[in-house]
Amino acid sequence: MTTAGGAVIAFDEMRGSDGGVRPAYVALDAWLGALPPDLLEHRRREAELIFRRIGITFAVYGEAESTERLIPFDVIPRILAATEWDALRRGLEQRVRALNAYIKDVYHRREVIRAGIVPEELIFRNPVFRPEMNGQKVPHDIYVHIAGIDIVRVDAGSFYVLEDNARTPSGVSYMLENREIMLRLFPELFSRHHVAPVENYPDELLATLKSVAPASSASDPTVALLSPGVYNSAYYEHSFLADKLGVELVEGRDLVVKNAVVFMRTTEGLKRVDVLYRRVDDDFLDPLAFRPDSALGVPGLMSAYQAGNVTLANAVGTGIADDKAVYSYMPEIVKFYLGEEPILKNVPTWRCREEEHLAYVLDRLDELVVKEVHGSGGYGMLIGPKADKATLAAFRAKLKTDPRNFIAQPTLALSTCPTCVEEGVAPRHVDLRPFVLSGRGRVRIVPGGLTRVALKRGSLVVNSSQGGGTKDTWVLDT
Amino acid sequence: MLARTADNLYWLARYIERAEFVARILEAAQRLTAMPLSYVGATNEWQSAVATAGSAKAFAARYAEANEESVIDFLAFSAANPSSIRSCFELARTNARAVRTALTAEMWDVINGGWLELKRFGNGPASREELSRFLRWVQETSLRFDGSAYRTMLRNDAYYFTRLGVYIERADNTARILDVKYHLLLLADEPVGGSLDYFQWAAILRTVSALTAYHWVYRENLKPWLVADLMILNEQMPRSLASCYENLVRFFDAIAQAYGRQGPAQRKARAIRTRLQNSRMDKIFQTGLHEFIGEFIADNNRLGAALAEQYLM
Repeated sequence: MTTAGGAVIAFDEMRGSDGGVRPAYVALDAWLGALPPDLLEHRRREAELIFRRIGITFAVYGEAESTERLIPFDVIPRILAATEWDALRRGLEQRVRALNAYIKDVYHRREVIRAGIVPEELIFRNPVFRPEMNGQKVPHDIYVHIAGIDIVRVDAGSFYVLEDNARTPSGVSYMLENREIMLRLFPELFSRHHVAPVENYPDELLATLKSVAPASSASDPTVALLSPGVYNSAYYEHSFLADKLGVELVEGRDLVVKNAVVFMRTTEGLKRVDVLYRRVDDDFLDPLAFRPDSALGVPGLMSAYQAGNVTLANAVGTGIADDKAVYSYMPEIVKFYLGEEPILKNVPTWRCREEEHLAYVLDRLDELVVKEVHGSGGYGMLIGPKADKATLAAFRAKLKTDPRNFIAQPTLALSTCPTCVEEGVAPRHVDLRPFVLSGRGRVRIVPGGLTRVALKRGSLVVNSSQGGGTKDTWVLDT
Repeated sequence: MLARTADNLYWLARYIERAEFVARILEAAQRLTAMPLSYVGATNEWQSAVATAGSAKAFAARYAEANEESVIDFLAFSAANPSSIRSCFELARTNARAVRTALTAEMWDVINGGWLELKRFGNGPASREELSRFLRWVQETSLRFDGSAYRTMLRNDAYYFTRLGVYIERADNTARILDVKYHLLLLADEPVGGSLDYFQWAAILRTVSALTAYHWVYRENLKPWLVADLMILNEQMPRSLASCYENLVRFFDAIAQAYGRQGPAQRKARAIRTRLQNSRMDKIFQTGLHEFIGEFIADNNRLGAALAEQYLM
């Protein structure tokens, strides 16, 4: 998947490796070939106008000037055949079942440590480990109610998990809005495909959240979405989801805890909240339990949580499952809890905390991708083959000072998809974030997810904060 | 609904209404200062504009002199003045973003579009013509906001709270211009038309867009007590204190009905309306116009506090 010079030979999802059009893309290819030349560009502008009008923006940290920006949207869909999706879906479900079992174990019996699968210090010395969760029961043993599993593809048959986002994954609003826009702009293209719908996601999410309500709650539990507020980069998504779910969008100051029960302040007085879909990080949830300087949280929230009077989705302390060092143990974790072979592959990962691994990484820095264990959003990451000498040297120094903070992986040849760019339609690297919902007794996954695309030629970084865009993702229903 | 959502809607409406009022103040001041001194007297209209906007202290802290340049900068564009037109638009949008889901698409469009458009005007107008265009644009934006709320919102508590914001702010604005200009209305014996104050009265009426209405209602030349009557007691005049309270009582009652109970805010609003209904202009002039207005402003603020305590916390 990589060559010696670092040049990447990628699998193209439309043309495969040999240039012939793959079956799922035949209709799209024919349609693209018959298009009047300016139509795509025309529709792209139309889409941008619609996005700007409805105000789908995200904030980019560190950019004072434009605190609100649009994520570029590519009008050419990414298509998955039914059989491909089926394998992926089974793999995702398996992965999330393992994540939940693992987190429960970490906060209870810790068999995974006793069995020597995951080193003790990786758990106890991990800043995202929450001792408050030790022995804490959560409804139906579900910790990760909403997971955003990042998937990349390197050939026709291999899907790799790149990251398990088990804390507060975002992006689902783009999945939903992208589909709406595509339906508006290209109705004729939909009539040539049988695309599985995604619009039921909010209903599935609400059912999931209600299914994990505390035993003490009313028969129809009250759900609310807890957001850090308008200055958060994902605020648009929070308000979008609250609207679609038909639940209140609350901030810390809207909530109050009395006698270990959570209430929201309404114009008609206090109203009990049973389930909080929280998009606030652990650290900021409750100034009494975690960071005392947090103005976003709710004093006493953890006491209500520990009393079992409110369900937090996702649970507190799930970070212990998705940090990049734990990631490297996932294949063993899946086998350990489920007794099954992992369906999805893990990218080979060198843990710089281990001396031998570190030596290997330092030796081949120019071939590898190095990431911070707790980093996200593509910040603080080194792509060896693309880095100049000075950057490599600087990273080498960082690695030596704090090896625990890093892992390294081979540069993957992310698959490409036809994308509308300045020079016309050209292949660009993509990844995929499907959203996996775990509720009482079942896992729900709407067919598709958020496809992110690196718009710069040759670039492998798909993060929206680093110039990536998004695409609609079609799962064919035949 | 969430108390904070109601709070955001209420303040959103207040800020838009305030922006419009500040635009009207500036328009009136611009018009008066364009007249020869022999017609309007040697008053400092710019100083009085700042006082009417309720920002005299904050202004004095930043500028040495109230003149066209400093006052327009302060009231229209200054980020340091929380009641400047720019600040009002920004605060309105911040409030709107926080309650996106409670707004209709049309309302969001006006607020978001207005905020984007505001950037086009930069830090100040290049010419008087551009200033006029700007001030007209502010008033049009407010009209569009009001219109889109009226035409697109569900008639539920969200709508009622935006209306309460509009009328409490409007009552305050009308009262404030009377508070600053009351002395002009007290010189009741001046010969009509020959008075230096004639154009001042006209300017007051313009500020509340009631100059034409005046003539239709009274069919007389401008007389100070009738100007006061129109702005305080006349229920037909949409910016009069009486009309504002007509509406406040109506929307407070609507909320009480929706929630199945009433409280201090409802009683307070009704008490103020009753006082207005039982007042007569000659009595008000006898006992003191200034005192009457001062008391009203305080009462209106108390109603705002009662509203906040009852619903917004």
